[in-house]
Amino acid sequence: MGIKMNVFEIVGPVMVGPSSSHTAGAVRIGYVSRQLLGEKPAEVSILLYGSFLATGRGHGTDRALVAGLLGMLPDDERIPESMEEASKEHLKVTFGKASLKEAHPNSVVLQMTGQSGRKLEVQAASLGGGRIKICRIDGLEANFCAEYPTLIVHNMDQPGHVAEVTSMLSHKSVNIASMQLYRDRRGGNAVMILECDEEVSDEAIKWLEHLEGVLKVTYFSMKEDNTENS
Amino acid sequence: MVYHSLKEICLLAENENSSFWQIICQDDCMERQITQSQSFEMMLHMYEAMEKADRNYAPERKSPSRMAGGDGEKLKNYTETGKNLSGAFIGRVMEKAVKMAETNACMGRIVAAPTAGSCGVLPAVLLTYEEFFDCSREKMAQALYTAAGIGQIIAERASIAGASGGCQAEIGSASAMAAGALTFLQGGDGRRICDAVAISLKGLLGLTCDPVAGLVEVPCVKRNVIGAVNAVTSTDMVMAGVTSVIPADEVIDAMGEIGRDMPRKFKETSEGGLAVTPAAQAIEEQIRLSEEQI
Repeated sequence: MGIKMNVFEIVGPVMVGPSSSHTAGAVRIGYVSRQLLGEKPAEVSILLYGSFLATGRGHGTDRALVAGLLGMLPDDERIPESMEEASKEHLKVTFGKASLKEAHPNSVVLQMTGQSGRKLEVQAASLGGGRIKICRIDGLEANFCAEYPTLIVHNMDQPGHVAEVTSMLSHKSVNIASMQLYRDRRGGNAVMILECDEEVSDEAIKWLEHLEGVLKVTYFSMKEDNTENS
Repeated sequence: MVYHSLKEICLLAENENSSFWQIICQDDCMERQITQSQSFEMMLHMYEAMEKADRNYAPERKSPSRMAGGDGEKLKNYTETGKNLSGAFIGRVMEKAVKMAETNACMGRIVAAPTAGSCGVLPAVLLTYEEFFDCSREKMAQALYTAAGIGQIIAERASIAGASGGCQAEIGSASAMAAGALTFLQGGDGRRICDAVAISLKGLLGLTCDPVAGLVEVPCVKRNVIGAVNAVTSTDMVMAGVTSVIPADEVIDAMGEIGRDMPRKFKETSEGGLAVTPAAQAIEEQIRLSEEQI
């Protein structure tokens, strides 16, 4: 209780119904996942959980997720026909059941393969009112809402990587709004999630990808559909 | 937000010699660092999106469960016969409330205000008011700011989500927002706007969220009618000089308390009430079977 909302969160958003959590939030999960993949997805396995699994079809959650994966936003009137759009765009989609432990009731796992073969697995939750949370990327904890440009770096758990990433951002005049660190075990796989006030350039991301000990770099851009030119 | 109660909005308006809606508009400009005309432009866009959704109503469209669709057209036809009991204005309000809620259930584009499930209430009264009383666009946008400010206070002090406060938080909030907006359009000052909020919300306190098969259809679509009509009657009461014994902010706090203590099974879980009636269970079974076939 006690949520501060701005005027246009009360009157708005304009969205395709019927549910802000099961439809609008699901479109956004698909959209953000496509942005994270960084290219057009060719094949996606959609694994539903909890209420998404139980009442998903009646709320159009399935079509909403696919619409987002095609780059549509929650107010796109083509959302109900997204399955047909997907076959036109040669996006292969399969549905299944996710077995998760202690996940938010409106959760989904998207296992994506991009047109260039890049693979990414995203676990996300729809929190209500169209807000979402990206909970895991490739099985590692993530925990961000995709409301800022967000940089996700998977690396070996060894000294120096945080310094490398933050000094690069400082050099590029990108301010860090928040930062999280997780690892699966000491010396194992680690992940850092940086929400930024400015966009991070493609060149900076490429530079990070080539650093020794960095396993994967994923980036969420606030710019509309960054996958168009890929 | 510089205000945390409806009373504060009224006081700010009085002190600055401006109106209720202006305080809310100014706050949006401050909050998001935009100009007044940028904010106003966006509100006009919301109003136009409501109009467009109303115009694009498709009577032949059915929801995936087939429980919702087509009733808005029936109401339109019946009101047009002139035989209906509630008259031309209320008849039109009912028609528009059902149409918008059906459009939402059928995956059409709507404006969530404050939520998708309660999206029919505000446009039903505002679009009908404009049709009957020929208001300017600007006036309608001002009414929407009034409604938005009321919604902000409810969201902060109580809740606007069925999952945390039951249906009173969705249809109740929408109805209070619509009553405030209508009272503004009828020339009511801040005090009357607050009384309209209090009276309309009191009428819907305790309303549960127990939708059939977990879908935003039964009873949600028809409840949009209750929210909209309740807003009209509350406005008339207030404009006739009727006042609320309990101040609006205290009614909102009461709604928050009722929502917090409401059993979980009545908060969008579909584990109680209407959702577990034999008829609802039969529908749920039918939906489950048809999904297995696909």
